[in-house]
Amino acid sequence: MAAKVLEKEQLSENVFKLVFDAKKIAKKRKPGQFVVIRIHEEGERIPLTIANADPEKGTVTVIFQTVGKTTTHLSGLDVGDEILDLVGPMGKPTHIEKVGTVVCIGGGVGVPCVYPIAQGMREAGNHVIAIVGARNKDLILMEDEMKAVSDELLIATDDGSYGFHGFVSQALEEECIKKGKKIDHVVSVGPVPMMMAVCNTTKKYNIPTIVSLNPIMVDATGMCGACRVSVGGKTRFVCVDGPEFDGHEVDFKQLIDRQRIYLDQEKESMDHYCSCKQGRGGK
Amino acid sequence: MDMKERMKLPRHPMPEQDPKVRARNFDEVPLGYTPETAKEEALRCIQCKNPTCIEGCPVEIDIPGFIKLVAEGDFLGAARKIKEKNALPAICGRVCPQEDQCEARCIRGKKGEPVAIGRLERFVADYERSQGEVSIPEAASPTGKKIAIVGSGPAGLTVAGDLIKLGHDVTIFEALHKPGGVLVYGIPEFRLPKAIVASEIDYLKKLGVKVATSNVIGKLKTIDELFEEGYDAVFLGTGAGAPTFMNIPGENYNGIYSANEYLTRSNLMKAYLFPEYDTPIVKGKNVAVIGGGNVAMDSARTALRLGADNVYLVYRRSEKEMPARIEEVHHAKEEGIQFHLLTNPTRYIGDENGWVIGMECLRMELGEPDASGRRRPVPIKGSEFVIDVDTVVVAIGTGANPLIQSTTPGLDTNKWGYIMTNEETGQTSREGVFAGGDIVTGSATVILAMGAGRKAATAIHKYVMNK
Ligand SMILES: Cc1cc2nc3c(=O)[nH]c(=O)nc-3n(C[C@H](O)[C@H](O)[C@H](O)COP(=O)(O)OP(=O)(O)OC[C@H]3O[C@@H](n4cnc5c(N)ncnc54)[C@H](O)[C@@H]3O)c2cc1C
Ligand SMILES: Cc1cc2nc3c(=O)[nH]c(=O)nc-3n(C[C@H](O)[C@H](O)[C@H](O)COP(=O)(O)OP(=O)(O)OC[C@H]3O[C@@H](n4cnc5c(N)ncnc54)[C@H](O)[C@@H]3O)c2cc1C
Ligand code: SF4
Ligand code: SF4
Ligand code: FES
Repeated sequence: MAAKVLEKEQLSENVFKLVFDAKKIAKKRKPGQFVVIRIHEEGERIPLTIANADPEKGTVTVIFQTVGKTTTHLSGLDVGDEILDLVGPMGKPTHIEKVGTVVCIGGGVGVPCVYPIAQGMREAGNHVIAIVGARNKDLILMEDEMKAVSDELLIATDDGSYGFHGFVSQALEEECIKKGKKIDHVVSVGPVPMMMAVCNTTKKYNIPTIVSLNPIMVDATGMCGACRVSVGGKTRFVCVDGPEFDGHEVDFKQLIDRQRIYLDQEKESMDHYCSCKQGRGGK
Repeated sequence: MDMKERMKLPRHPMPEQDPKVRARNFDEVPLGYTPETAKEEALRCIQCKNPTCIEGCPVEIDIPGFIKLVAEGDFLGAARKIKEKNALPAICGRVCPQEDQCEARCIRGKKGEPVAIGRLERFVADYERSQGEVSIPEAASPTGKKIAIVGSGPAGLTVAGDLIKLGHDVTIFEALHKPGGVLVYGIPEFRLPKAIVASEIDYLKKLGVKVATSNVIGKLKTIDELFEEGYDAVFLGTGAGAPTFMNIPGENYNGIYSANEYLTRSNLMKAYLFPEYDTPIVKGKNVAVIGGGNVAMDSARTALRLGADNVYLVYRRSEKEMPARIEEVHHAKEEGIQFHLLTNPTRYIGDENGWVIGMECLRMELGEPDASGRRRPVPIKGSEFVIDVDTVVVAIGTGANPLIQSTTPGLDTNKWGYIMTNEETGQTSREGVFAGGDIVTGSATVILAMGAGRKAATAIHKYVMNK
């Protein structure tokens, strides 16, 4: 299904927000689900989490970081532009129930992914502690939005330019666990090293931890196996079995290796894009 | 030409691209008959009173009927004749396993070689397409019944074609961004040019079929929601698209693909045209393909065309047991695919970055026949050896994708997750829901999926008109 860009906003140097006209998906989606985007005929299919949706207006919001060709191209779209395909809602929704105190941790562009989960957890009656992290103050995303869906909000920056000085995993340990807060459940979304660090921390304290994984995907319907990861020694397909899994069981090393399969070609694709863009508009 | 002379005519070979050249391009391998060759080949058909060839065709094309028209030079008439029974002749003429079907039953094959029915079918369909505008039959008067078809493979396309001609309002929902099923994401360009599939689908659109791509049923809408929206019946032609892995150590190393992923990247996403197209694919130098079916042959030949130095086809039984079409095995060998038969991988060896660098295999020998009637491969103890590889494609079969089954209460499946139906009608355990093709039988063939679609279309028509 083609989809039109209705709103666009730049949230930080490399992070953009796009709001698409996608009535059916808006009506159907649940926290934790994602869409697949293909911009044009020669384009690849990339997954992006549904950061927000408005069933009344029929809109779906994605927030993404420009890391390569497709996300860069996406960031160049304007209000009124159309992409060829917006597919979804894909993946299993987050399992949401009332468990007590839930810490929702988002790092970098993981924040928009954890936002709907925090929202859902709060609505289910949990006490939600949100921890939002980034390298520095300028890169903190969605602070106000996260504040609105949590009971407590902690900010952590690697360089200490804002909030807690350190990683989100350290903020979790120092500011929550060691201060005696009883935590029943942790949800963590962000770069793989961050999710790994959070899991290492929560393992020590035996706190159940869910992570949302972001492997390379193609179809996102369970047909190709590109997205496979080992969880508890078993191969799972993230697009249909996930994207959320028990963080203490995930083989993060394998996930990191698999994310790097196309490193050289991704660079080539980006260079090709830039040179075309200078030459003849670029696709 | 009298009968004696006709009996003497040898089967006309198919002109093909030279193996050395074609192994490095994605253009179609067989070039097709010329009108002259087609007419001569058609003369080989002795117009049997009791044409056994028809019994070998799952959709019962009037084979002598169309071949007679070819012999007379009425190619468009021949095309119309075929289309009475088969809406996708350009596709079937290319990919049907004719040697097991129509041609296997041709009387002329008893002594000598059968009539080249598939090649003639292909010629006729290509001729019609090259003549430009394919004639659009007059629209039937609308019945007011709405039919939803899930999946746009050969089964779904056949149901759509049959039902639109009966005046129903037909919508196909397809999960991927292009319709065609395996015909577009699986079978490579060099065996089935995508322009042909596209033109068949355009034809259906001209007849009035609506095609809603990027619609994943079970996610965006459930079957029950389709009924709530006012559809009178639903056909499920979702195929057997879930890849199988061997579950041996190291199978998730970088460079190891399922055949589905490898072929989807190359065909659907056009990774062979990277970086003009965005989707990348690993272009290995030493590629091993595991399996012995059409899918394995397609993967191996794709690897070669992507620039591999060595492509090994690793199969645990012997060549006799290979399920691939003979023609494709022959093509693969001509192009230089190296066959490692009676060999089975046991584990993969990776480097520190998680890339596959080797594949440990065991040699096998054939034992007693198994349930499939083929002799069971038995490992030879202590025969382990390692093949150096940088890319592996696992092509050992596919299974049922549970997306629909798991979101449709009351839809019965068997122990492998395939949908259970009445064989004659395609009726499932849910009222108004029909199914056919690979999602019922497991991986089979294009023509069998079409045959199942035809039966289901008849049953659906009856069902909605009596409702
Ligand atoms: C379920 C899921 C949800 C995601 N949600 C978000 C989100 O909300 N915001 C966001 O910024 N990013 C998200 N991502 C990551 C996003 O898909 C990638 O950043 C994007 O595909 C990069 O494409 P590119 O062409 O710009 O970069 P490339 O140069 O192609 O790649 C850069 C990096 O992105 C990864 N990547 C490349 N292709 C794919 C692909 N087809 N599928 C997945 N990852 C790929 C690679 O591992 C690589 O490290 C999500 C990923 C998944 C699997
Ligand atoms: C590589 C390869 C080579 C082959 N070669 C040959 C050959 O030479 N000769 C031959 O006769 N056969 C061959 N086959 C087998 C043949 O292609 C299949 O038997 C046939 O395509 C099955 O048709 P189908 O309509 O049942 O399903 P498919 O062709 O599998 O189509 C199913 C469609 O349904 C869609 N779908 C699935 N789930 C959903 C959902 N939830 N919502 C919406 N859409 C959905 C899928 O995306 C797909 O497009 C080959 C198969 C492969 C993979
Ligand atoms: S459809 Fe297939 S089986 Fe039937 S006549 Fe044509 S090639 Fe033969
Ligand atoms: S069996 Fe062979 S010779 Fe006889 S009608 Fe059929 S194609 Fe012709
Ligand atoms: S992306 Fe293809 S199976 Fe998950």
